[in-house]
Amino acid sequence: MSDEQDHKLEAKSDYVADASSVSTPDIDAVPEAELPDQELYHSHSWWTTYVFSQDAKYIGIQYALTAIGTGLLGLVLSWLMRIQLAFPGLGWLEPSSYYQFVTMHGMIMVVYLLTALFLGGFGNLLIPLMCGARDMAFPYVNMLSYWAFVVAVLVLLASFFVPGGPTGAGWTLYPPQAITAGTPGYNGGIILMLISLILFVAGFTMGGLNYIITVLQLRARGMTLMRMPLTIWGIFTATVLAMFAFPALLVGCLMMTLDSLLGTSFFMPAMVSLGETLTHEGGSPILFQHLFWFFGHPEVYIVALPAFGIVSDLLSVHSRKTIFGYRMMVWAIVGIGALSFFVWAHHMYVSGMNPWFGFFFATTTLIIAVPTAIKVYNWILTLWRGNIQLSLPMLFSLGFIVTFLNGGLTGLFLGNVTVDVPLSDTYFVVAHFHMVMGIAPILVIFGAIYHWYPLITGRMMDETLGKIHFWITFLGSYAIYFPMHYQGFVGVPRRYFEIYDSPYIDTSTLLLNKFITIAVLIVGAAQLLFLYNLFASARLGKKSEKNPWKANSLEWQTPQMPPEHGNWGKELPKVYRWPYDFSVPGAKEDYIPQNQPPSEIIGAKVEKT
Amino acid sequence: MIVALSIFLITVGSIAFHFWSPWWWTEVASNWGNMDDTILLTFWITGAVFVAICFFVAYCVWKFSYKKERRAEYKPEDKKLESRLTWATAIGVAALLAPGLVVWNQYVTVPENAYKVEVFAYQWGWKYRLPGEDGKLGKTDIKYINDDNPFGLIIEDPNGKDDLLVDADELHVLKDRPVKFELRTIDVLHNFYVPQFRGKMDMVPGIITYYWLTPTRVGDFEVLCAEYCGTGHYAMRGRVIVDEEKDYKKWEAKQITFEKMLAKSKKNDNLQLVKKEK
Repeated sequence: MSDEQDHKLEAKSDYVADASSVSTPDIDAVPEAELPDQELYHSHSWWTTYVFSQDAKYIGIQYALTAIGTGLLGLVLSWLMRIQLAFPGLGWLEPSSYYQFVTMHGMIMVVYLLTALFLGGFGNLLIPLMCGARDMAFPYVNMLSYWAFVVAVLVLLASFFVPGGPTGAGWTLYPPQAITAGTPGYNGGIILMLISLILFVAGFTMGGLNYIITVLQLRARGMTLMRMPLTIWGIFTATVLAMFAFPALLVGCLMMTLDSLLGTSFFMPAMVSLGETLTHEGGSPILFQHLFWFFGHPEVYIVALPAFGIVSDLLSVHSRKTIFGYRMMVWAIVGIGALSFFVWAHHMYVSGMNPWFGFFFATTTLIIAVPTAIKVYNWILTLWRGNIQLSLPMLFSLGFIVTFLNGGLTGLFLGNVTVDVPLSDTYFVVAHFHMVMGIAPILVIFGAIYHWYPLITGRMMDETLGKIHFWITFLGSYAIYFPMHYQGFVGVPRRYFEIYDSPYIDTSTLLLNKFITIAVLIVGAAQLLFLYNLFASARLGKKSEKNPWKANSLEWQTPQMPPEHGNWGKELPKVYRWPYDFSVPGAKEDYIPQNQPPSEIIGAKVEKT
Repeated sequence: MIVALSIFLITVGSIAFHFWSPWWWTEVASNWGNMDDTILLTFWITGAVFVAICFFVAYCVWKFSYKKERRAEYKPEDKKLESRLTWATAIGVAALLAPGLVVWNQYVTVPENAYKVEVFAYQWGWKYRLPGEDGKLGKTDIKYINDDNPFGLIIEDPNGKDDLLVDADELHVLKDRPVKFELRTIDVLHNFYVPQFRGKMDMVPGIITYYWLTPTRVGDFEVLCAEYCGTGHYAMRGRVIVDEEKDYKKWEAKQITFEKMLAKSKKNDNLQLVKKEK
């Protein structure tokens, strides 16, 4: 106790001494540190350096590579499905394997790729660096978080090798079907899926606590909340959402595991299964849907908010312009996050829940369109009168705007309860969510990787390969999903192994399926180009200068680049401004890093932040 | 330049695709044409926003592309612009929502003169039950389901005696008469979906869900299951035929009541007994 007081006193007297040494009031003053500098764990062996690392940067890379590896499996599964859909005559897949691939593709992409990559990957890499901390608050727990994720992935993959194969219940895992005969993997694969999700949630909670506490407690001196980069705001808010949302998934998974293994009836009513009356009775299948979507809808924003944040920063840096309406952007992120807990049942308009809920959830859902629209306006207003560099991150950000806009607007169809009735469970839905939470966030991920790659490796990724990758990915995925909406209008239902020659479906609709599949194969193959670029550039890439994009945020201001263990050398950075002081009138350069003291940029007409 | 042009062309191409591609909804066969209207309204509003924003982005990319000597504008906020945009969006959203809620209200409010049909779903097929002359469907319980009583009717319930049991995947409905589908499944989730009718609702074991519609044109329509229900989901098809009254009566007359069915199966049982005794 007395030590602490001494420390505070000392800090205070330093400050007074500083202030008195110059005659003018000290314009470079920052609030004193509230916590002593962090003790770090230093690795001593190969194992603790490269495998069981406790350095957040390294854990971030581990998370990202594991997620990308799993995501590649998800990509291959989508190829297999699409080939079946386009060429049903080939007899390429059995219906059961088709449904297993659909299920695994969905779950892998949403949870094991996007969630893990944004929060585990970018969260770990960027939170300490952008906040000006040495590491996460609890490095050891952070390491455990990653390894729990690895085990979760392994359990998920193991389900391919159990009798009956992985679950084919659809990624929503709706009971009773998920655990009754008639669905592939109903007694083996599904259990492993549920266990894997439980592990994922446990691991994620360890990481998530770290992200939240690090942002709240370990920011550098002067880094107020309203000076944080929007990337951090996005990741932070998404993590808070995850902390509230994942428990619903967790209990849902636990209850279903019990229903399946112990014969309880949380979700199981009295029912017949392929001619045989089961012993369950009294459970509610809709209860599971409520739990699932209470997690599932915030989950959309758990993926989207980090993407929103990152893309805001990319747009600002690469158009050399202040992000437009920063405060509005922050409130929009927080507002969307809060509202996202009140819209879940818009996934359930035709689920058989009391239809009167439709009024409430349609209203809340359309309200959430307002802060989302504000974000779009502010992104495009950031471009207005900017000085737009068409670098790879900017290209992907522009691709994001178009894709997200398209996917967001189709959300207004599905969110508006009446319009949803004819469109729900058709390809319109598939097209909508792939645009809005598949392609759009993935474009941001690519942009972010091209942007922060030099920070990780000290080298730039190849620009030409990157451009080819961008054009194929952006145009190709638009060509896949834009026409797919129209299959939905025709009324082609989703999750159909084969549509046959239905009388209401024109043969041209089937032709469209072939076109989409070819586009899928091409876009998928283009990702190999990206992977090559990702790995080859680490050796062969052009050496990057320090702060190659001339960005303001702290991660580029470390004494070494790539930053070393502990990030900041001897002294932690001090922050004097927000990260968006680009093209300030009167300043020498077109950017002013967050840690540049006001006394060095006298004459620059910055607005106080 | 290429980037701006591409964004421009994507936008123009999307509009062209919308108007000239052959893929559009099937001709509506129920009163829910107003769902199509709400979709069209949504298309106009969101389409306008899409085009405006894409063109704006394309313009910015073209007009403000990087020049070393130029500085971007320094303007962190514009309160007035932001609040105008917020209000405009709120109004646009309200314009979408209001008609949607009005139609939803019609969708969930069944007219009093609607006659009832039970749609019975199982892995993987469809059956139907009509209330018979009394207009009431008899009570059911899945524990009574067996070969003689495929719908699981409770024998003691008098309302069930005259129920017409359609043990086939083909249903006939009357043109221009509102019909309430009472949706029942004995196993997993299903969804009774006829694309031309637009309506949809999941069927949930343990509860009876519903929706209603008025068929507006005579025709033969395919029924699809629209909620994933296991390996046979894609093959779970049926037919709904919309008839004029005369044809409907003909079809109805061919259907068998529960009472008759019981008598028939009893007769069979008796026959079997006789055979056994012999």
